[in-house]
Amino acid sequence: MLSKKQLFTRGMIDVAPHMLSVIPFGIICGAIGVELGFNPYLVYGMSIIIFGGASQIVYLQLLSGGASTLVAVTSVGVINSRHLLYGAVLSEYLDKLSFLKKLLISYFIVDQGFAESNKFFKKNKTEQHLHYHLIGTGGTLWVCWQVATISGIILGSFVPEELGLKFAIPLTFIAIVVQDLKKLDHVIVMLVCGISSLLFFDAPFKSYILISPVIALFVAALLLRFKK
Amino acid sequence: MTWLSITIAGILTYMTRMTMIALVRRDLLGEKIKAVLAYVPSAVFPAIIFPAIFINDYGVYIDMNDPKIFGAIVAILVGYFSKNVIATIFSGLLSYWFFIFIF
Repeated sequence: MLSKKQLFTRGMIDVAPHMLSVIPFGIICGAIGVELGFNPYLVYGMSIIIFGGASQIVYLQLLSGGASTLVAVTSVGVINSRHLLYGAVLSEYLDKLSFLKKLLISYFIVDQGFAESNKFFKKNKTEQHLHYHLIGTGGTLWVCWQVATISGIILGSFVPEELGLKFAIPLTFIAIVVQDLKKLDHVIVMLVCGISSLLFFDAPFKSYILISPVIALFVAALLLRFKK
Repeated sequence: MTWLSITIAGILTYMTRMTMIALVRRDLLGEKIKAVLAYVPSAVFPAIIFPAIFINDYGVYIDMNDPKIFGAIVAILVGYFSKNVIATIFSGLLSYWFFIFIF
């Protein structure tokens, strides 16, 4: 049986390799926010209030491109809907916690922390204070994300516009999905989404950002049916 | 106004994290919905990637020999084989800059 402190430390160690991608991503996120012309406090505030890298970049990019606030906010919700899946998977291990602790720990659930803690939970089902591992992974990621976005905001004010740093946005998202190119069903879903986004690009309020995922998820549901 | 909308986006994001853990029973999400949710990244992010590459700041399709297409292809290849996030982003940026500043 591991102590709370041991579990917390273990979480920090398990998530450490992800810092290699989280820190540059945070720096890019901060730098792009400034590059797109937003108030630095606002760009940083998102890291605390939303705390979800991809959705923060998308939100700023959409607003700077003239999207309506409603579309931008909704797209944050759509992008982050994957947390529902993480929550459903983790809830099995967090069942015994009090309601208040569940509310607090929920804030720290992010992609990399989920991946590592879930791996650990599966192997150590009998541990009593498992949630300390999740606090270790999530807390570490939180601190790094804050430091990285602040650094990005500071750096971003020095980066000359001619460098076209905005191009880092699609590249960042390519880095997120590129491994799924190995799976044919994912490739189909990606192409459907991408082509729809080009077809509906002129739809009002930049709503292509919502229309395309809906079409792509519909295709994903169809694919799942064929798979069976 | 922007602060307000960020706060709403933040609450919404927090709800996606908290709902399944604290509010509802976990078997509420059927296996089917869970399977579809696993496709969310693939169904969302290309809508950022495609327009950011193929459509320029003025809302017009770019030419096939645009440096952005070159940079994206390099990034996809490097990302696919290296499995490294930083290598993916920087290879794309470097090849894009190479195209712009050296050619």
